Amino acid sequence: MATADLARLQQIARECRVQILRMLTHAGSGHPGGSLSVVDLLVTLYFNRMRYDPARPTWEDRDRLVLSKGHCVPAQYCCMAKAGFFPESQLITLRKLGSPLQGHPDRVMLPGIEAATGSLGQGLSIAAGMALGLKMAGKTARVYCIVGDGEIQEGQVWEAAMSAPKLGQPDHALDNLCVIVDYNGIQLDDHVKKILDIEPLVDKWKSFGWPVIDIDGHDIAQIDKALDQAEAIKGKPTFVVAHTVKGKGVSFMEDNPEWHGKAPKPAEAIRGIHEILGDPLPDWARAIVAELERLEKQ
Amino acid sequence: MPAKASRAAFGEALLDLGARDERIVTLDADLSKSTMTAKFARAYPSRAFNVGIAESTMIGMAAGLALTGRVPFACSFACFLIGRFETIRVSVAYTQAPVKLVGTHVGVAIGEDGYTQMGLEDIACIRSLPNIPIVQPADEIETKQAVAWAVEHPGPVYLRLTRQNLEPVHADGYRFRFGRAEVLRPGNDVSILASGGPLWNCLEAARRLAAEGVNAEVVNVATITPLDEETILGSAGKTGRVITVEDHGVNGGLGGAVAELLGEVMPTPLRRLGVTGFGESGDPKALYAKHGLDADGIARSVLKFLNR
Repeated sequence: MATADLARLQQIARECRVQILRMLTHAGSGHPGGSLSVVDLLVTLYFNRMRYDPARPTWEDRDRLVLSKGHCVPAQYCCMAKAGFFPESQLITLRKLGSPLQGHPDRVMLPGIEAATGSLGQGLSIAAGMALGLKMAGKTARVYCIVGDGEIQEGQVWEAAMSAPKLGQPDHALDNLCVIVDYNGIQLDDHVKKILDIEPLVDKWKSFGWPVIDIDGHDIAQIDKALDQAEAIKGKPTFVVAHTVKGKGVSFMEDNPEWHGKAPKPAEAIRGIHEILGDPLPDWARAIVAELERLEKQ
Repeated sequence: MPAKASRAAFGEALLDLGARDERIVTLDADLSKSTMTAKFARAYPSRAFNVGIAESTMIGMAAGLALTGRVPFACSFACFLIGRFETIRVSVAYTQAPVKLVGTHVGVAIGEDGYTQMGLEDIACIRSLPNIPIVQPADEIETKQAVAWAVEHPGPVYLRLTRQNLEPVHADGYRFRFGRAEVLRPGNDVSILASGGPLWNCLEAARRLAAEGVNAEVVNVATITPLDEETILGSAGKTGRVITVEDHGVNGGLGGAVAELLGEVMPTPLRRLGVTGFGESGDPKALYAKHGLDADGIARSVLKFLNR
């Protein structure tokens, strides 16, 4: 990846992290930890990989993204706003009555969302069905599905894992499907290892017939390279294990189960924004800080 | 027309429609010989997907196929589909994925296999979800037309089909109309509302009741969601007594839907016939007799209801 492209994507990722803190603070609830861990994956997909047209969200040839770990949709909303699906000013309507930015993704209310998710374990089955449908229609579009590490404990994930490499064979093998696990190591109650360890993850998926690529899920160049490799693999869907840090970019949230599902207070969000961007803050971020300071006074 | 199971009519309809419509695909979870999609699978192997004994992922994959332009029929025993209610709730209903869910082997009429294989709560479960119409056809001609309708319906659908053969209740020229209940036999003394398996028994009961001087109206409520309120209220207003008959748990099915309607709009004396408690193994006819769903049982319930 060219240095300029990498710098551009890293800058978008920083902006998205700031917006996540902003919108969750306004909402007063939500899931910062997993939203911050999945950002680099989503930014790479939205701004360097996927073919889509915000003006035509139902364009038949678009690539599809199913965010199976639906509770982390604030990160996706930030990418969608930046990409032009809706105005960035709408981000702070997250979780408010009447907003299309539901707490978990709603396909009908928000064009650009491909499936309702949030009831964990379901997204991979839908993504596999989409990949098959696209193949049958002769489309070259790709389907990406992001699952959580805790989510993998759901039985339906393993039903799909067993089925997908065989589904559509031989004419419509699902090599247009790429599944990425946001392996941040923490679920709602505690560390994944303490609740129900999912290791050996790579061996499990390999034994189910999936090529597996193991990467650092915050290294955008590595993510992009892995998606290149996945696209080159024929005859099978690919599984990417993206090692991430829950709460990435905000020191007091990093690797801390407490921040799975708790919104920051305005002062905490402001502290996080300074950590993400460094000082001095650019004008747009200073405006967000001022907005959050007003929110604190209310 | 000879008696035929609605699952068999469904399989034949799919085969026929599949020849003309490339969009139609089937998904099964190792029950294609029972859901009768096996013939379709033999004719169109590249459009038939057996995902293994994995109903949740079958339903989810159907949603993905539906969202990319296919017309997927996701088929299993009604009880096994409903066992994956959360997937139906989010991946199909809330996502508004136009999946055609086909639940076969409904009710105690499956007989010897016993309770675990009997669809007895499926109407109640699906009825609680916004956005999924429920259609229960009563014979071959109605089933085939309901399948053709389901292909063209732009949203999700739940078709409720029987294992057992069904005597025809319609003449050859019958046209299925989605959302419309049909007065099969006009009468003035009591309204018998039913669909699917027990409907023929209701007609037979009406014939026996006529001999006792009771003129029963029999209404085929093939579309359970959304209810044809106009026809049902019209019939109830005319007869002043309503009795529902279904091979489904007595709570939450057709009887429940009719009770909700009448209770809110036009309180009318009502009796609900259906399966109480769990089902059990046994001869299907004996099970219908035990639960009062055979012609004798229905006639008896009507006479008691009318204090005759």
